[in-house]
Amino acid sequence: MEFRHHHILDISALTPEDISYILETAANLKEILTRPIPKVPTLRGKLVAHLFFEPSTRTRLSFERAAKILSADVFNFTARMSSVEKGETLLDTVLNLKAMGVDLFVIRHSMAGAPHFIAQVAGTRVINAGDGFHAHPTQALLDLLTVKEKKGTLAGLKVAIIGDIRHSRVAHSGICGFKKMGAEVYVSGPATMLPSARETLGAKVCYRLEEALQGADVVMALRVQKERHGKDLFPSLREYARQFGINAERLALAKPDCLLMHPGPVNWGVELHPELENDPRSVILEQVTNGVAVRMALLVLLLGGTA
Amino acid sequence: MKILLKGGLVIDPSQGLEAALDLLIEEGRIKALGKDLPGEGARILSCHGLIVAPGFIDMHVHFREPGEEWKETIATGSLAAVAGGFTAVACMPNTRPPNDNAEVTRYILKKAKEANLCHVYPVACITKGQKGESLTEFGDLKEAGAVAVSDDGRPVPEAALMRLALEYAKNFDLPVISHAEDLSLARGGHVNEGLASAKLGLRGIPVEGEAIAIFREIMLAELTRTPVHIAHVSSKLGVELIRWAKEKGLPVTAETAPHYFTLTEEATLGYHTNAKVNPPLRSEADRQAVEEAIAEGVIDVIATDHAPHSPLEKFCEFERAAFGLVGLETALPLGLNLVRRGVISLSRLVELFSCAPARILKVPGGTLKEGARADVTVFDREATWLVSEETLHSKSKNSPFLGWEMRGQAVYTIVAGRLVYQRGKA
Repeated sequence: MEFRHHHILDISALTPEDISYILETAANLKEILTRPIPKVPTLRGKLVAHLFFEPSTRTRLSFERAAKILSADVFNFTARMSSVEKGETLLDTVLNLKAMGVDLFVIRHSMAGAPHFIAQVAGTRVINAGDGFHAHPTQALLDLLTVKEKKGTLAGLKVAIIGDIRHSRVAHSGICGFKKMGAEVYVSGPATMLPSARETLGAKVCYRLEEALQGADVVMALRVQKERHGKDLFPSLREYARQFGINAERLALAKPDCLLMHPGPVNWGVELHPELENDPRSVILEQVTNGVAVRMALLVLLLGGTA
Repeated sequence: MKILLKGGLVIDPSQGLEAALDLLIEEGRIKALGKDLPGEGARILSCHGLIVAPGFIDMHVHFREPGEEWKETIATGSLAAVAGGFTAVACMPNTRPPNDNAEVTRYILKKAKEANLCHVYPVACITKGQKGESLTEFGDLKEAGAVAVSDDGRPVPEAALMRLALEYAKNFDLPVISHAEDLSLARGGHVNEGLASAKLGLRGIPVEGEAIAIFREIMLAELTRTPVHIAHVSSKLGVELIRWAKEKGLPVTAETAPHYFTLTEEATLGYHTNAKVNPPLRSEADRQAVEEAIAEGVIDVIATDHAPHSPLEKFCEFERAAFGLVGLETALPLGLNLVRRGVISLSRLVELFSCAPARILKVPGGTLKEGARADVTVFDREATWLVSEETLHSKSKNSPFLGWEMRGQAVYTIVAGRLVYQRGKA
């Protein structure tokens, strides 16, 4: 199959065949991670710029790890300590880095559509590493890879996503990705953070948490994003944990072999009860490993090296 | 100076007129309207195959002067107006500084006089600094030349203050124009709440925010028995409320803009900043409702909300991009599309563009009766042209219609008896 995309901006632009191809490529490349010297020359001479306008640990380091395993050169740019603090626009930042020979931009930005804007102006490849509330396609892909590995399939699964759906790019891309691959997505959480009737993206909205969890194959808790909203959308963290936090009792409503997922960073004691920290159903750290594999796959597919 | 417009189809709803007639203009006024008028000493403009109408009035434009001259000046805006077939515009007060005192009003009129193209009617602020706290000096502003008041772009937040504005406007017979938007629901939003907000991951602006604000203004029109004009209606709910108010006999009038009956929120998908406008482009059901409301007379006026922005404000991240689009030069062909789609008659279109705004703003115009000031728009219904950065006269090119082929074009624009624009000669 030929991969015809120049950018990975959101899941909605990908077909189910595209997604399957990315997941297969990632599954193949994952083997490299287990080698004594996990390094291949595939992208030697390519320059990848990581533009992070928002704080990130996992995603930024995961992209860096992926690029370095593939022998690409890397620019790590964070908005703080850069000319952005002097008022340089995104457009100028990108054009200047492009002038230094960047082949691919990985961008995380608080504004939805910023990666699309770069894709339009830069003339390079672009991967969206999270834009505002909009999309986080590499997270969705690593989630899909993790579930596929464990369950063998994605079609027909019941996926429950719990938490702040309305303001979550992880949820938006997750809903889109799981639905494209034939799973059913149920969402629940405080109703002030659930999609309004016009914005469901095809997920089933449950106002009772139990409805979403009942018989689920996958339970994904989202981080309570205290930094993201101006006003309190729920009365207290205490009430959130009591009413919407996932604990062992609630998780028992899901299938016995369910997967417990979380995109990180976890607020233990809020969206996840600490009693689940070492639960065998948790695949949270496998998500992280798969994140490196998925990002390697995308770099290879976009920059045209041979896997 | 005498001008004879020869052989055009004259459409003047103010006289119930739709006939092939000559129109003679002398000393700035309509001198005669009749068959085969003699043309001695007159400049004769052939209007065969063209429509001759009372001059179009755009009661909602932003000319950015003073303060944001890199986007538009009164001179460049006036040129865009006459190129679009408009003989008069009412410019909104959200300049820098805002038009909240007589000095700014006089400055705008001075610049308009220097530009010397179309009539420019300043709309003054309702509240000082558009801050929504205390009323401006309506009397002073009216004396200086303001024709209406509005806090356009920033709705008056408190119903009680809006009530005072409507009451005080009675003393000076000043029309009050409301930018109807519930700020607490709209704040932080960038596109319509629904398809666009869900697909783009942006905070949405729900139609209900517009409806809540329109309902408030209707109630205040009832309370104060003062006319209120609702700007840029974009939604089905808004239309329904205005229809209800009119059925009750309340003095409420309304305008919409061509983009609301032409485009939907789909135009924003892909983060197209030229389609970022406030109120936002809505759903197809809303678009249809606006179109029906125009046909029914629930909406009185087509205004453009011409809002120029340079690439500095538009060629950037969508969330950072300013709201607004330029509309003066695409309004006529988009309005003619309504005629071609069978929604309205040509005569109704002239009413929407000319008679109704003159009536609501209480300014001269909207008629070709003998003795009236000779503001005349002559247009070609069929001429096709391409919207591009080159064909637009406005200083800014932020049109969502770039690349569209338009059908319909102004040919002669006559302001107070003077030919100020002729197709192909700007």
